[in-house]
Amino acid sequence: MKSIFISKKERRKALVGGSFVAIAFVLACVFAIYPIINSLILSTTSGRGVVTEFVGLGNVKRIFNDTVFKTALKNTFIFFVFQVPIMLTLALFIASLLNDRTLKFKGLYRTAIFLPCVTSLVAYSILFKSMFSSDGIVNQLLLFTGMIDVPIAWLRDAFWAKVTVVIAITWRWTGYNMIFYLAGLQNIDPCIYEASEIDGASKTKQFFAITIPLLKPVILFTSIMSTIGTLQLFDEVVNLTGGGASSPSLNATLTLTQYIFDLSFKFVPNFGYAATVSYVIVFFTAILAILQFRVAGDDRG
Amino acid sequence: MIVVKLRSFVRYSFLNIAAFVSIFPFVWMIIGATNSATDITRGKFTLGTELINNFKMLNEMVDLPRLFGNSAKIALGGMVLQLFVASLAGYGFEIYRNKISEKVYTVLLLTMMVPFAALMIPLFKLFAGFNMLDNYIAVILPTLAMPFMIFFFRQNTKTFPIELLQAARVDGLNEFQIFFRIYMPTMKATYAAAGILSFMTFWNSYLWPLIVIQSDDKQTLTLAISSLSSAYFPEYGVIMVAIVIATAPTLLIFFLLQKYFVAGMLGSIK
Repeated sequence: MKSIFISKKERRKALVGGSFVAIAFVLACVFAIYPIINSLILSTTSGRGVVTEFVGLGNVKRIFNDTVFKTALKNTFIFFVFQVPIMLTLALFIASLLNDRTLKFKGLYRTAIFLPCVTSLVAYSILFKSMFSSDGIVNQLLLFTGMIDVPIAWLRDAFWAKVTVVIAITWRWTGYNMIFYLAGLQNIDPCIYEASEIDGASKTKQFFAITIPLLKPVILFTSIMSTIGTLQLFDEVVNLTGGGASSPSLNATLTLTQYIFDLSFKFVPNFGYAATVSYVIVFFTAILAILQFRVAGDDRG
Repeated sequence: MIVVKLRSFVRYSFLNIAAFVSIFPFVWMIIGATNSATDITRGKFTLGTELINNFKMLNEMVDLPRLFGNSAKIALGGMVLQLFVASLAGYGFEIYRNKISEKVYTVLLLTMMVPFAALMIPLFKLFAGFNMLDNYIAVILPTLAMPFMIFFFRQNTKTFPIELLQAARVDGLNEFQIFFRIYMPTMKATYAAAGILSFMTFWNSYLWPLIVIQSDDKQTLTLAISSLSSAYFPEYGVIMVAIVIATAPTLLIFFLLQKYFVAGMLGSIK
């Protein structure tokens, strides 16, 4: 191997640089790299509490026969498949509305729509739980405006509980993503739009031919961040639909992270099996991220 | 002309609805704090008279000043340490980059993709092994070197004028003095933005504290709110008061430092 550092000066520079990143590096090794590897080793063991034995791929086999796991996986995917596109489309749409120079009260709209981001995930989940109770304010508003005839059992029904979770997450994160799109839109040179207007392009055509391609890096960033977030869903489902009086069909919104938590800290702990389930999330996060890089035509990933 | 007017009408209507939906839960939270649990589940949407009563009940059910203090300890301590660790690293990666440091940086960023669920069991075992559960150090330590923060500082260091660095070297400052005396004061806005983000993350954190914190007197506001609401008949009025108190600091930061707040989020895509 050739010497990496050409001169003494460069070696010194690397040493100083190394000392700047040293604390972060050590912390990352102990609290990120080590746990990832340890998790993989744990996933080959099984047992209750401290008494564990090596089972090799036994946990993987168990996963395929675990109906609760399958439910959690299915739920997590339903949330991902519906929630992420709805939220990102909405955020992009609102951002492009707000990017119009002729729009009045722009700052006010932006602040209002961004405001949900200041709430904690636990706090807003509980707010939504109280709003979506069977004779709660949401049902009353819908009945009052004639949009429904009978109250919806938002938190009791397996289908509507999922809808409530999707609505809640969309409320919390649309403004967050909108801010990224707004920043991206402001970086687009207005001349491009003016030129295309002269060429006779409609607003819709402009949106698909100019806005979306130029925002591609930002869209990729937000969709990967949202994917990671949705696959790790925990706070919301625990506080909004899990536990309490409101959900007799407990597994209707069970997510993978919640299942891992239950396996490790709620039931008699089986860390090995829980670690195996956690690697399912690692696996899907990686696959989906690679997929999104491919779709966006960015091969740097 | 009619088309233009119609388009404008649709646009404003849509934005009004979006703004209304965004604001509504906040209004609901404040109204809820003044009502009884029964009225809240019945969807009563007018100010009630239960505010003081709810507040009293909350104080009977939990040790509010202690919960608030615990959350503040974690959020402020975590924020200061995280800013320190992440800014040192972000600065180091950007200013002294070489082939090896770039590789380390890439690996660090990749750990951002690893879901916390895959880390929490080994982390729990690690802290249990050192007998450090139920300890705020255990709450803060794992997230101190948050890749996102390091990334954020590195991106912002790109705007740090290199002339300042060279001038300081000519003046005879050593590399660490440059960081503490020149870089830190120059990057105040970046620290403010990252600080807000960091404070919010620690203040609102739930899953990891839920695992680590065990004794009652170490509970945080967020943990207490969650456990209050998991009762069979949640005392919503009381809970709303707690939620208002828990949300007030972040709301305040948002309105006072909105510029930094937004800059903090956007810094990552510059």
